[in-house]
Amino acid sequence: MKKEQQLDMYRQMVLIRRVEERGAELYQAGKIGGFMHLYIGQEAVSTGLIAARESRDRVITAYRDHGVALNCGLSADSVMAELLGKSTGMSKGKGGSMHMASAEKNFWGGHAIVGGHLPIAAGLAIADQYDKNDNVTICMFGDGATNIGYFHEALNLAKAWGLRVLWVCENNNYGMGTAVERASAVHEIRQKADGYGMGNERVDGMDVMQVYEAAKKAIEKVRTEGKPYFMEVVTYRYRGHSMGDPERYRSSDEVKQWHAKDPIGIFRKFLLDKKIATAKALDEIEARVEDEVNKAVEFAEASPEPALDELFTNVFVEN
Amino acid sequence: MAKITMREAISQALMEEMDRDPAVFIMGEEVGVWGGTYAVTKGFYDKYGPDRVKDTPIAENAIVGGAIGAAMAGKRPIAELMTINFAFSAMDYVVNQAPKLHYMFGGQFKVPLVIRAVGGGGRQLGATHSQTPDAVFAHFPGLKVVSPGTPEDAKGLLKTAIRSDDPILFIEHATMYQVRGEVPEGEYLIPIGKSKVQRAGKDLTIVTYCKGLELSMKAADELAKDGIDAEIVDLRTLRPLDMEPVLESFKKTNRAIVVEEGWKSYGVGSEVVSRIYEEAFDYVDAPIVRVAQKEVPLPYNRTLEQAALPQVPDIVAAAKEVLR
Ligand SMILES: Cc1ncc(C[n+]2csc(CCOP(=O)(O)OP(=O)(O)O)c2C)c(N)n1
Ligand SMILES: [Mg+2]
Repeated sequence: MKKEQQLDMYRQMVLIRRVEERGAELYQAGKIGGFMHLYIGQEAVSTGLIAARESRDRVITAYRDHGVALNCGLSADSVMAELLGKSTGMSKGKGGSMHMASAEKNFWGGHAIVGGHLPIAAGLAIADQYDKNDNVTICMFGDGATNIGYFHEALNLAKAWGLRVLWVCENNNYGMGTAVERASAVHEIRQKADGYGMGNERVDGMDVMQVYEAAKKAIEKVRTEGKPYFMEVVTYRYRGHSMGDPERYRSSDEVKQWHAKDPIGIFRKFLLDKKIATAKALDEIEARVEDEVNKAVEFAEASPEPALDELFTNVFVEN
Repeated sequence: MAKITMREAISQALMEEMDRDPAVFIMGEEVGVWGGTYAVTKGFYDKYGPDRVKDTPIAENAIVGGAIGAAMAGKRPIAELMTINFAFSAMDYVVNQAPKLHYMFGGQFKVPLVIRAVGGGGRQLGATHSQTPDAVFAHFPGLKVVSPGTPEDAKGLLKTAIRSDDPILFIEHATMYQVRGEVPEGEYLIPIGKSKVQRAGKDLTIVTYCKGLELSMKAADELAKDGIDAEIVDLRTLRPLDMEPVLESFKKTNRAIVVEEGWKSYGVGSEVVSRIYEEAFDYVDAPIVRVAQKEVPLPYNRTLEQAALPQVPDIVAAAKEVLR
């Protein structure tokens, strides 16, 4: 892997963190409403994964989607504007935190019905199969989503029909406040893929390089073999499920332990130890990100609200 | 009379019925350790334990379907759907199984099930999480649909629902948990399928329920300033629909509007207005007007969302229109 790409991955991870930290502040200040699910702690997952795709490979995820949006190449401006519900957001302020997407960047959206986007991911792959191309659809979802019927229908279909989907379960140990052990029949989520005769593996999701290497191989496998594959990526969210989570279900000790494995810290150490970058170079990246995020907040705050008649656009394609 | 919130009223109803009948239990997402996403079952897990307050996987079909099975086998489950929007993920069980099982097997099986679901818009949750699809569910014979607008009604109706032998969808509103109201001391029940006059008046009839009641009460205060005396009939139950108090009021006022939060097309208002025209046509002095949500999926942006939802001024304007 080229040094430039690694540094860019570092930039992306820091960008996600800063955008969300500012997002949390703006939420507290009442400038963002609705549900907002932060990705802080999980940055290595989508960063490693999406770095491994070709731009023709599709990406689709759940509502915890700010990181995925940024990794797919959406600007901090656009993400911040959508969070503030402004007309300059990628979904024109109609979607909000949970519904970021970019047709142009091959990012097929954040989706808020748990598991609901899995059959849709299979459908994206059906279209590619129909066209006889070998594009891969990367579908991300949480551990909790593997307990709902949608998951099972989609995995079965993908295997039975030989669809090119890379299923990526982000196992952050909890679906809201319910620990995996309390909700799932198997505690290693990847085992669920066994039931569908689907190749699978478990990956450390706090280490972006491990995610990247595993994803690179998995995408290649899906592409050449013409069948789905399953990755369980073990990770952790440092913040509550969404804003205003009382967090009665976990101890602060547990959270602290995971902080010791901070994905940004791990990657920074890797870059320094391998002499890929100097501390100064990384600090500069962080300073530039800081600047970018400040500008994004200014941009979003200064952006206009959607016009009132936007309420009635997009209900149908043809009105 | 004690003044309590909607949240407390629902919570009390659940607790009283769980204390009364050991067959009553709760199952749903985050009802236990978390204490309910709207804090309605806060403290229940500690009091009743995991056997009676069951945290389920995210699996709406298993929640409603499982509760149906347990109900058929003699338990009195309360299945909680975190929001009514997730009822669509369990639609087969909600509308195609629960309402059919008693009838289809010639009365052999009973489904004493309550499905509690939180509905409504206004919290910037976006298109898939903000719906008021009550009319959809009220379409199906065999499913009772209850949606209270005051703490008193919420408590009394929920207790009756838990004791009922029929499947009941009990719809609460996400923005109303802090609404306060008087509740009778001690135990009381309110019958399902009875509409109620919540405000007496003589100039026009406002037919509404749930969130619409809160808005209509405010609108009535506004109208009163202009010397207009509105009577408000709260449906409380959408199926079976009790038209008696509506018709009685309408025969007196001869003018009506219907206020609901859901979409107008094929909505609760459509049903109520048809029934008035069918059953009290001779009393109609002016076309009846429906106040409802704009025909769009709800957007995230607050200004747009509020513009899509029915508001107090819309009700005031509609009332003045039928009085013109
Ligand atoms: C069908 C459905 N049921 C319930 C919910 C409410 N809900 C939103 S997120 C969530 C937890 C999902 O957990 P997981 O899949 O592990 O993803 P994570 O939030 O941990 O990223 C729940 C229960 C929903 N959005 N959709
Ligand atoms: Mg999770």
